[in-house]
Amino acid sequence: MHKHLLSMDQLSAEDITTILDTAGSLRQVTSRPIKKLPTLRGRTVCNLFYEASTRTRISFELAAKRLSADVINFSADSKSSVAKGEGFKDTAWTLEAMGVDAIVVRHGSSGAPHQLSKWVQASVINAGDGSHEHPTQALLDLYSIREHFKDFENLKVAIVGDIISSRVARSNVKGLVTMGARVTLVGPPTLVPPEAAAWGVEVTTDLDAVLPEVDICYLLRVQKERQSEQLFPTDREYAALWGLDAKRLAKMHPESVVMHPGPMNRGVEISAEVSESPRSLILDQVANGLAVRMSLLYLMLGGREVEGSVADAEVPA
Amino acid sequence: MSTYLITGGTVVDPSTDPDGGGRRADVLIENGEVLAIDTSIAKDDVEAIDATGLVVAPGLVDLHTHVREPGREDEETILTASAAAAAGGYTAICTMPNTDPVADSAAIVEKVWALGREAGLVEVLPAGALSKDLAGEKMADIGEMAMSAARVRLFTDDGRGVQDALFARRAMEYLRGFGAVYAEHCEIEALARGGHMHEGARSLALGLRGIPAAAEELMAARDIALARLTGCRLHLLHISTAGTVELVRRAKAEGLPVTAEATPHHFTLTDAALEDYDPMAKVNPPLREESDRAAVVAGLADGTIDAIATDHAPHSREEKDQELSYAPPGLVGLETALALTISELVEPGHLSLTQALERLSTAPARVLGLEDHGRIQPGRPANIVVFDPGAAWTIDATRFNSMSRNTPFEGRTVTGRVAHTFFNGRHTVVDGVVRVGAAV
Amino acid sequence: MPEASAATPGGRAAGAFAVKSRVMEPEDVRRALSRIAHEIVEKNRGTDDLVLVGIRTRGAPLADRIASAIASFEGADLPSGALDVTLYRDDVALKGPRGLEATTVPADLDGRVVVLVDDVLYTGRTIRAAFDALLDLGRPRAIRLAVLVDRGHRELPIRADFVGKNLPTSSHEVVKVHVEEIDGEDAVLIGESAGA
Repeated sequence: MHKHLLSMDQLSAEDITTILDTAGSLRQVTSRPIKKLPTLRGRTVCNLFYEASTRTRISFELAAKRLSADVINFSADSKSSVAKGEGFKDTAWTLEAMGVDAIVVRHGSSGAPHQLSKWVQASVINAGDGSHEHPTQALLDLYSIREHFKDFENLKVAIVGDIISSRVARSNVKGLVTMGARVTLVGPPTLVPPEAAAWGVEVTTDLDAVLPEVDICYLLRVQKERQSEQLFPTDREYAALWGLDAKRLAKMHPESVVMHPGPMNRGVEISAEVSESPRSLILDQVANGLAVRMSLLYLMLGGREVEGSVADAEVPA
Repeated sequence: MSTYLITGGTVVDPSTDPDGGGRRADVLIENGEVLAIDTSIAKDDVEAIDATGLVVAPGLVDLHTHVREPGREDEETILTASAAAAAGGYTAICTMPNTDPVADSAAIVEKVWALGREAGLVEVLPAGALSKDLAGEKMADIGEMAMSAARVRLFTDDGRGVQDALFARRAMEYLRGFGAVYAEHCEIEALARGGHMHEGARSLALGLRGIPAAAEELMAARDIALARLTGCRLHLLHISTAGTVELVRRAKAEGLPVTAEATPHHFTLTDAALEDYDPMAKVNPPLREESDRAAVVAGLADGTIDAIATDHAPHSREEKDQELSYAPPGLVGLETALALTISELVEPGHLSLTQALERLSTAPARVLGLEDHGRIQPGRPANIVVFDPGAAWTIDATRFNSMSRNTPFEGRTVTGRVAHTFFNGRHTVVDGVVRVGAAV
Repeated sequence: MPEASAATPGGRAAGAFAVKSRVMEPEDVRRALSRIAHEIVEKNRGTDDLVLVGIRTRGAPLADRIASAIASFEGADLPSGALDVTLYRDDVALKGPRGLEATTVPADLDGRVVVLVDDVLYTGRTIRAAFDALLDLGRPRAIRLAVLVDRGHRELPIRADFVGKNLPTSSHEVVKVHVEEIDGEDAVLIGESAGA
């Protein structure tokens, strides 16, 4: 496996399949009475969070603990000097000196995990950077999709919302395109730039035209502060044109599903009725996050290559 | 003061022979002045400098240097900037007013000018601010700065563009009366706010907010219209987009008093340098797309862009070792400009060496109205650079004379190396080494 | 991407392997498994509470075969499962991650007699890992061990209760068990590892 996970660009279809297969095996463990495995005993994982995200942090924390790794949480709250970017490199060196094996980093500045990976020996896992990427979210989404649809071939996915500033959108587009799905980006023209067509996707503003075609409607969270930037007139207009309610859901074919990375703005991008409908995979997404993050930690930290690819015929697996 | 005889070099003077390739000649320097230029000069009791295989050219003139003194002497002082300039082959630098305090009064510009004279390595010509504190609201003491000992010729709020069109108009009208130059950092802040790089496919992919080309072009177009309205001389700083190059081309065709400069980083790099989120490649205006880079090269080749300027902007390690979003824009350029010009413009055949030297020396001297730079002429002060146009070297920031090391060109192999610099007849750089204290 | 080396599902491939001799043929394997099946029932005094659990990869089909052998002479349908011990191995840190396979344990293990089945018993480390894996799944009354081949060279104090064949080897030799379900034939081979 790769030393760092910074972007979905790094992962081939084969890599993604390995991660999802491994997550599948680990998913079993998460449902038995004794959920802990000894695999990463003695390894240390640091959750370095420059942005508050309790959900992602506890998912990574639990994943590491289930594999018996030691976990330290380093959260820089928004008022501290650390959050202003002072001492990012100092923090990196401190963690390095403490001998952590992996740093799970969430940062408001795009590319911060890239920079971190150049400063430390530890593995760096991007847990969301600015408007850039959120690879583990994409992997858990791919897991949920594969679990539901079995494979990605000819699967049609609409990703709806604030594409320009969404790290979830970037990672999902890359992952879905790599796995062979067909992706359409939909949203207000101010949030869905035509240049995104370079990512190998379709781009449109007309959700209603797209819905009957798709197997998955993936809704992105509408950031409240984006409205104050005059990117669209009102929440009401957003909901009317790009929100998924029961009426729109009815335009989708009966086997299609709805996804959302959370947290949701019910009544804006998704109606309460749709979020709770049997066609929603939203709860699966959350549940699968743990297994996918365990899978990644296992594959990335589960060992170091010794003398290249060691044959072990004498130790039957 | 010593007498020097530079022998065996090729003298290239774009001011007298803009289309030629230079001529083999010796140059005699005495009492700070060029005494003679001739095919073969024989004289005793001189310090002889063997320039065989080297080019002897007018010292370079930088229209755009940030010196950080007063205010951030931990990043660069006037002395260290002067040393970096001399090492890069420069004999004059125009310092930007965005210091702390801002160079918006006669007292500050005279202080900068005096410190430059004290350093004695290059001519330090302070630019004055257009507005008090660069706030774009109240006019700075323009007349007093122009009439001061520093004799300020170029005024700018560089680091910021003038946002208010009426302020820009009034400043141009006022400057025209002093025969001074209005220099603009073209950037509409409402469009550029929060941007960290050029806006395009790459900024979209990297998830970084971009600065659109339109933020520059809109202000360039406004200022050209105001130059037409007021008749003031307008200089556009560090232009970076194909659109701005075209605006300047049309303004010149119309006969407007408009000049422009471009930087080595804008003709060398594109936004691809940001792929790894390297804060060293963060600069304002941002590195643009390949089509923009090519347009800047073409603009320099056809003379639309008059000058190559460094926008030398020193920043400390602490400031650049941050997340890209927090790191300040800017890079140092005085010690790499000549080599990048030769490597990126002359070697690929976009400009002749003479044209390149015209953009680095003669043209910027003309913009500033300097008669003692940009030419090698008997009877004039000897402001001369001697360099090896074919010497390859690898850029190593630890060897910079500048106090700051923020360059995106670290480790790059380039061609063209300064051997000697003479400032007003003083031998300030000897075999590539700056002689600090050589003054007087 | 630095240090890219993708983990491969199903464990890493063995290095070059030069066969020196075949020590068991299909018929030998069948007889050995049949004998183990009888011994298990005999020792357990019947089939009550017995559960067979094969260690992935090749222990799993062997466990199934022992179960069906017991079914053929006792008429009792014994539960048979498969255990992936990868996540419990003590060499994960040394050898890097391997692909995982499903663990399928057919019954509640509490109070049962679990017969672990593996193809080759060597250092004992795989069995040690299997103990931990089993004990995280439940609390068996007893754990027994059945192996097709015991080649010696133990590194832990572990012994098998049921052995198909004791095979004295030197430590630089490699013992490979082939099973029909995975390799297309039943056989036990000895060779030299060419790449080690």
